[in-house]
Amino acid sequence: MQEQFLAQAQQQVNAPDIAYGAIAPVLIVLGFACLSVLVEAFVAKERRWGLQIGVAAAAIVLAGASLAAFISSNDAAGGPTGKTGVTTLAGAVSVDKPALFLWGTLLALGVLALLLIADRTVGGDMQTEVFPLFLFALGGMMVFCAANNLLTMFIALEVLSLPLYLMCGLARKRRLISQEAAVKYFLLGAFASAFFLYGLALLYGYAGSVKLADIATAAVGTDRSDTLLFGGLGLLVVGLLFKGSVGPFHTWTPDVYQGAPTSVTAFMAACTKVAAFGGILRVLTVAFQSTQWEWRGVLWGVAIASMAIGAIFGLTQTDVKRMIAYSSVAHAGFLLVGAIAMNTDGLSSTLFYLLAYGFTTIASFGVISLVRSGSGEATDLSQWAGLAKRSPLLAGVFTFLLLALAGIPLTSGFIGKFVVFSAALRDGMAPLVVIALVFSAVAAFFYLRVVVLMYFSEPAEDGPTVSVPGAFTTVAITLGTFVTLLLGVLPGFVLNWASSGGFLS
Amino acid sequence: MLEAFEAAAPSSGLDPYVPLVALFVLAAAFAVFSVAAAPLVGPRRYNKAKLDAYECGIEPSPQPIVGGGRMPVAYYLTAMLFILFDIEMVFLYPFAVTSDQLGFFGVVEIVLFIATVGFAYAYVWRRGGLDWN
Repeated sequence: MQEQFLAQAQQQVNAPDIAYGAIAPVLIVLGFACLSVLVEAFVAKERRWGLQIGVAAAAIVLAGASLAAFISSNDAAGGPTGKTGVTTLAGAVSVDKPALFLWGTLLALGVLALLLIADRTVGGDMQTEVFPLFLFALGGMMVFCAANNLLTMFIALEVLSLPLYLMCGLARKRRLISQEAAVKYFLLGAFASAFFLYGLALLYGYAGSVKLADIATAAVGTDRSDTLLFGGLGLLVVGLLFKGSVGPFHTWTPDVYQGAPTSVTAFMAACTKVAAFGGILRVLTVAFQSTQWEWRGVLWGVAIASMAIGAIFGLTQTDVKRMIAYSSVAHAGFLLVGAIAMNTDGLSSTLFYLLAYGFTTIASFGVISLVRSGSGEATDLSQWAGLAKRSPLLAGVFTFLLLALAGIPLTSGFIGKFVVFSAALRDGMAPLVVIALVFSAVAAFFYLRVVVLMYFSEPAEDGPTVSVPGAFTTVAITLGTFVTLLLGVLPGFVLNWASSGGFLS
Repeated sequence: MLEAFEAAAPSSGLDPYVPLVALFVLAAAFAVFSVAAAPLVGPRRYNKAKLDAYECGIEPSPQPIVGGGRMPVAYYLTAMLFILFDIEMVFLYPFAVTSDQLGFFGVVEIVLFIATVGFAYAYVWRRGGLDWN
């Protein structure tokens, strides 16, 4: 017995093959995050801010370059559309077409978020620790999108969450509300992680493996307990939906969006959603496609709840950041409609929607950070009255972004909604699409309310001033607005990229 | 791993979990025996030090007057550093057992891992986390 056991323990342990080229973007981001910690440790305080911006920018640029290099070599290998990708690190990470698209999206949105964070001319009162935290969060998100087993996914979830909790509490001028946001996010996030872990444990009990592909294989057979499978799936999905601020699991969203420093909110709103929905898409498609008829009804309900909560509560908000937060809940519902359309169009349209939504959201928060009254940001909507008379350019840009969030043609929001809803229609979800259209009309009302407020109201006596944006914020807003317009007019390139291939497990 | 283990079990005629159960039984029996025997055979000489919390840091009650009943934040940092090195050991043991099979690759990986832990430690050290005033 003992000899056998020892022989078992002494069995060959092989070092896994690592496709360094494929995971180079992640390694670069996380490596530079470590470097950034060392900068915090060893560089004098007055020189840190500039150096940290350089380190973070270098990380994103180099990661982007290595991503581009891998994509071109991947496309060169294999058939006419290129290889579907590689799985590496003993199958723990799957660098496939959707993962590459999501990495590209995250890095591009990361540039914009970094520009907002790095701009100290408007409200930038954060400690320099925000930069290593930002890089760690970004690296975690990238792993999360590519995680091919649930344990890797959980570790990535923590790597992306823990820095975000801290970043929420970094606003020094509005210390109390910022720390309140951080604590709320942390406590609820810890609950969500526990849900995820519990689901993971049940699924391991069901399939005897944490690999998504093994769970899929086990789910096809009929000789196991459905209780473990669906109990596990439910708990796991609750953890994921929490991160994506979907539907009834959204309660943290308004408080955290309002309390966190605006640039951090921009990063969180755009990139966390990309990562969370990347994870949801992969889990549902790779592991649970064969059981879709059992769980899809539930996610229908969640999507409707999310759209309803976002659209209806969004109407009653008086704070512009809380309004955008509820708008993100509504958008999460639309995204879920695409994510549960279990076909290739559903995948590509959700990926496109994530990219489009991310750019629009970051630019919106960039604009919000500019409208200030004496003590800080003027986030109360009544202060925004008549803003167009004082600064027509800013009001114009914000109007355009709001129209994109509402989904008006010639903006990326319209194309995003169009492709998501048509994918859902093709999958026979016409009733859900009708409900989604109704709620996008309801949500359009509260975006237009702000537009009306800015253009057709008398400016308040002691209204806010609009800061002259620093170069970084200007670039971020310009880029975000430009991409919103570009994807609204010429979406073809991105749509092609998004639909270039499916998941590989 | 688990399948191979279960497959190996029948030939030995013993369920692999029996030793585990025996260990639990032994542990529980030892604890009960120690607690029950101590008051019967031990001498009883009380002093203040004996009633202190054993190996558990400062007195939890009454709350310290200084700082409005709050614990110094330095305790938190010490606890975090402890966990940091604790987890490092969790990974070092399996590495040590399999180091001959993993070869040079394993050495590089574990050095990278220790370096990563070192970065966090360097940060705490340089930013005054270890100054105990």
